[in-house]
Amino acid sequence: MPLPDAERLCAALADSLRPGLHPDTALIGIHTGGVWVAERLHAALGLKTSLGSLDVSFYRDDFSRSGLHSQIKSSDIPFEVKDRPIVIVDDVLYTGRTIRAAMNEIFDYGRPARIDLAVLVDRGGRELPVCPRWSAQALQIEPGKNLQLERSKAGVLSLRLIDA
Amino acid sequence: MRNPQLTKNGELQHLLTIDGLPREILAAILDTAAPFTEVAEREVKKLPLLRGKSVFNLFFENSTRTRTTFEIAAKRLSADVINLNISTSSTAKGETLLDTVDNLCAMQADMFVVRHASSGAPFLMAQHLAAMGLEHIHVINAGDGRHAHPTQGLLDMYTIRHYKQDFTGLVVAIVGDVLHSRVARSQIHALTTLGVPEVRVIGPKTLIPTDVGKLGVRVFHDMRAGLKDVDVVMMLRLQNERMQGALLPSPQEFFKYYGLTADKLACARPDVIVMHPGPMNRGVEIDSAVADGPHAVILPQVTFGIAVRMAVMSMLAGN
Repeated sequence: MPLPDAERLCAALADSLRPGLHPDTALIGIHTGGVWVAERLHAALGLKTSLGSLDVSFYRDDFSRSGLHSQIKSSDIPFEVKDRPIVIVDDVLYTGRTIRAAMNEIFDYGRPARIDLAVLVDRGGRELPVCPRWSAQALQIEPGKNLQLERSKAGVLSLRLIDA
Repeated sequence: MRNPQLTKNGELQHLLTIDGLPREILAAILDTAAPFTEVAEREVKKLPLLRGKSVFNLFFENSTRTRTTFEIAAKRLSADVINLNISTSSTAKGETLLDTVDNLCAMQADMFVVRHASSGAPFLMAQHLAAMGLEHIHVINAGDGRHAHPTQGLLDMYTIRHYKQDFTGLVVAIVGDVLHSRVARSQIHALTTLGVPEVRVIGPKTLIPTDVGKLGVRVFHDMRAGLKDVDVVMMLRLQNERMQGALLPSPQEFFKYYGLTADKLACARPDVIVMHPGPMNRGVEIDSAVADGPHAVILPQVTFGIAVRMAVMSMLAGN
């Protein structure tokens, strides 16, 4: 199956976000692929609030089963969360568990005005009631496969399908 | 024999000593500690990793800083923390250490943080838990006798890495009462494992173990010579309570020869950092002008200690 061009999806996602944004809207990318997409959106949309990033490792629901992985990034929220509209940005939406973890983490920084979700690809297979407000592409991916966003040395984003 | 602190997959099961831990595990603890430092800046200073877990602080010896920072670390990870006041507990009535452990296990303990005057007490607990088939319960050594104080050693390494970035070009001096110091042993093992090329110990002959050279350190009895061109000075507390007999003429004389003053510190590199595990004896091992001076990183050590202990507890709980 040919996969869509990730750069083109980023541009399409930015276009669909533009009308729905508030002047105070802040983007929060989820490590690692979500941060790359959020960087693209942040530049394309010209947002004045700095970009935030989350590593949800400390909030994952499978910690007691799989423990901590070794390369955890620091979460960085360089703005006041209280009363601000937030858009969580991720590369691929699957079970919805990462988004739940991200929302839990965001609330530990304050009570946002609202949270929306923007994703590059919605691959279905949800296990929680999570629905993106913006999704650049829906794709049916069979279980047992991981759809992964990659970034080349030149900084170009692309999608790749690998065995889970 | 398998390292008793590691699982059969080589993951950290207990933290008993730094001696024998591979560099990858030490580095993983330091790497994992870094994102925990950021939690202190949030509105809600809590993470859910140890939610529903019970951490028992078993301090058979006095401690304020270590016990408090372990307690804060566990609470920031959402654990339930139970502090046992040993002097008024069953031990005072004659209960053995292992009976105490069995009783706390029957109360669904998930983790023990233990400080004990006897070297090896945390090892004994870990062995006992394995023999009872209770491998899911973790033990952290918070200081045992003269043997080890691994989380102190690790927070010291975190502090050095924070200020110096890299271990591989450093000269580090450990100064003072090495003989009685479990902190010094943990520091030496951590520094050599992480690749510090030159570790020195400085102190009077009576307070330096005769065979310390086997650990790969250079011994100095003259403080100025020992401090020449060092990047990091790690002071030790003079442990009056552990000294039996006359190892020292007087604290005043110790200060004269081995107390860290600005004058002696001038022998070190201009960007030297000065560390101390606390509690400090001002005017005995360190002069106030140095303790409060621009080279001291003694209070950041305390803050980093919380993140390092959070990292250790989370890694154990996840393995």
